[in-house]
Amino acid sequence: MCAFNMATKTQVLSLYRMLLRESKQFPSYNYRTYALQRIKDAFRANRRIEDPKMVAKLAEEGHKTLALIKRQVKLRHTHLYTHTRIHTSSSWPFRLEPSLVSELISVYCYT
Amino acid sequence: MLQICIHPFSRGRGRSARPPSPGLMMLPCSRALAGALNPKLTLNSPVVVFVSAAMIQPRVLEQEELRPLYMDFQATTPMDPRVLDAMLPYQVNYYGNPHSRTHAYGWESERAMEVAREQVANLIGADPREIVFTSGATESNNMSIKGVARFYKAKKRHVITTQTEHKCVLDSCRVLEAEGFSVSYLPVKANGLVDLELLEASFRPDTSIVSIMTINNEIGVKQPIREIGGMCRARGVFFHTDAAQAVGKIPLNVTKDNIDLMSISAHKIYGPKGVGALYVRRRPRVRLEALQSGGGQERGLRSGTVPTPLAVGMGAACLVAQEEMEYDHQRVTMLSNRLINKLTSELADVILNGDPKERYAGCVNLSFAYVEGESLLMALKDVALSSGSACTSASLEPSYVLRAIGADEDLAHSSIRFGIGRFTTAEEVDYTAEKCLHQVRRLRQMSPLWEMVQEGIDLKSINWSQH
Repeated sequence: MCAFNMATKTQVLSLYRMLLRESKQFPSYNYRTYALQRIKDAFRANRRIEDPKMVAKLAEEGHKTLALIKRQVKLRHTHLYTHTRIHTSSSWPFRLEPSLVSELISVYCYT
Repeated sequence: MLQICIHPFSRGRGRSARPPSPGLMMLPCSRALAGALNPKLTLNSPVVVFVSAAMIQPRVLEQEELRPLYMDFQATTPMDPRVLDAMLPYQVNYYGNPHSRTHAYGWESERAMEVAREQVANLIGADPREIVFTSGATESNNMSIKGVARFYKAKKRHVITTQTEHKCVLDSCRVLEAEGFSVSYLPVKANGLVDLELLEASFRPDTSIVSIMTINNEIGVKQPIREIGGMCRARGVFFHTDAAQAVGKIPLNVTKDNIDLMSISAHKIYGPKGVGALYVRRRPRVRLEALQSGGGQERGLRSGTVPTPLAVGMGAACLVAQEEMEYDHQRVTMLSNRLINKLTSELADVILNGDPKERYAGCVNLSFAYVEGESLLMALKDVALSSGSACTSASLEPSYVLRAIGADEDLAHSSIRFGIGRFTTAEEVDYTAEKCLHQVRRLRQMSPLWEMVQEGIDLKSINWSQH
């Protein structure tokens, strides 16, 4: 994980876009809606921060969260998912995929 | 469907009435309900209702079938993805026993457990050495009530609790009564709060522990913990609170709130099921007699291997809860007000059980008059709700909590608990409110009591006569 000495505006914006793009892939309606709303609210709340160290620290947390969301999305795609009655799109359910499972194990066992 | 067959029977004989066919269950019935169904019955004779044993049939959902919306956050909560992410390495790779002292598997597992302990302690303002991991709030409650009472039993034989506590607390007190302790079950006021003067009058020189839950899991009322704790501290009595529904949702500090023992449950705060914690104060020291004997883990208070992945999950849940408390509180309050306003403004005779101000917004217990709770739950099959807590829903009796706050029998039967949590959306709340309005109106149309009320008859003045 490289340290950010200075997170520029474009980097923060690209982080924001990546977070939203990854969050949209949660199969669960509840997690997806919560993640999208939470990310937007968190970025909006921290909009005015000027101190570069603080911005770098928050950007690093953002990148950790991005990695977390990617892992979780991948995990949830390995298990068959069904939807609640408020969700109507049917493009998500996946069958259990053994190759993805072993990839996940390697992802979760960082040393 | 509900099959009802009403027989008056003489109390002296007990079981003189037989169910008309096998598969039906015999139940004593509230007079209001029986009177509604068969107005020819006199109010004075006890009645028996034969109800088919399962009104709501359990059914496993098909693979592709759409699932109900989850609005039962007081029963349990889904795991936050951040919590699952913290737990998985310890389920998959770092699987050592935290009490193994001789190899890296044990060391890394122990370090994770200690980090989790600190995360739990930070949430409630405690020292990590004061946290004991258990298998859940039920075990924590058992440990604290039975443990403290038995430790001090030479000089102190009195325990105080309330009538609205969780079943595990009440059952532990019943066991203590069988052992020779005397227990005071304090009644609560109509709004669900404990009467502080009554509590003050109940203290005896031989009281060892007072147990009052912070937020009730059925009606959501928030007790005045700080005042109660102050009273107990002034009299040298230990104060235990079952904070399973409160931890991570409202700010709690064991020093400021004068709490000596606190039960925490992980699966109520978006953590894994099967783990909880007990906060045991060290200064002044609270002594417990251990319930579970063994290798002396967890300071000898709870022997047994601490489940590292679950403990790590609990720690992560507490960390996330601390960070998200303010944000969640605002959202949950907004959604809760939205639901209550929608239902109370468009329907008549909807009663909110519990104090309207001293409550946790996420637990909304509403009674819809003239509608039976079970039939409303069946009608709202798109939404996962409950009437009464999960522990007591096996029987068809109304919840003892609602009875303790003085709700009428028929209102207690028609109560529904809506649970709102971190992952509830406004769309779900609106959907639930719409469905609820529609179904309540439909059920009221079919209700004879509703017809009588519409005609202006006062139900309490009816003299049900027998032919």
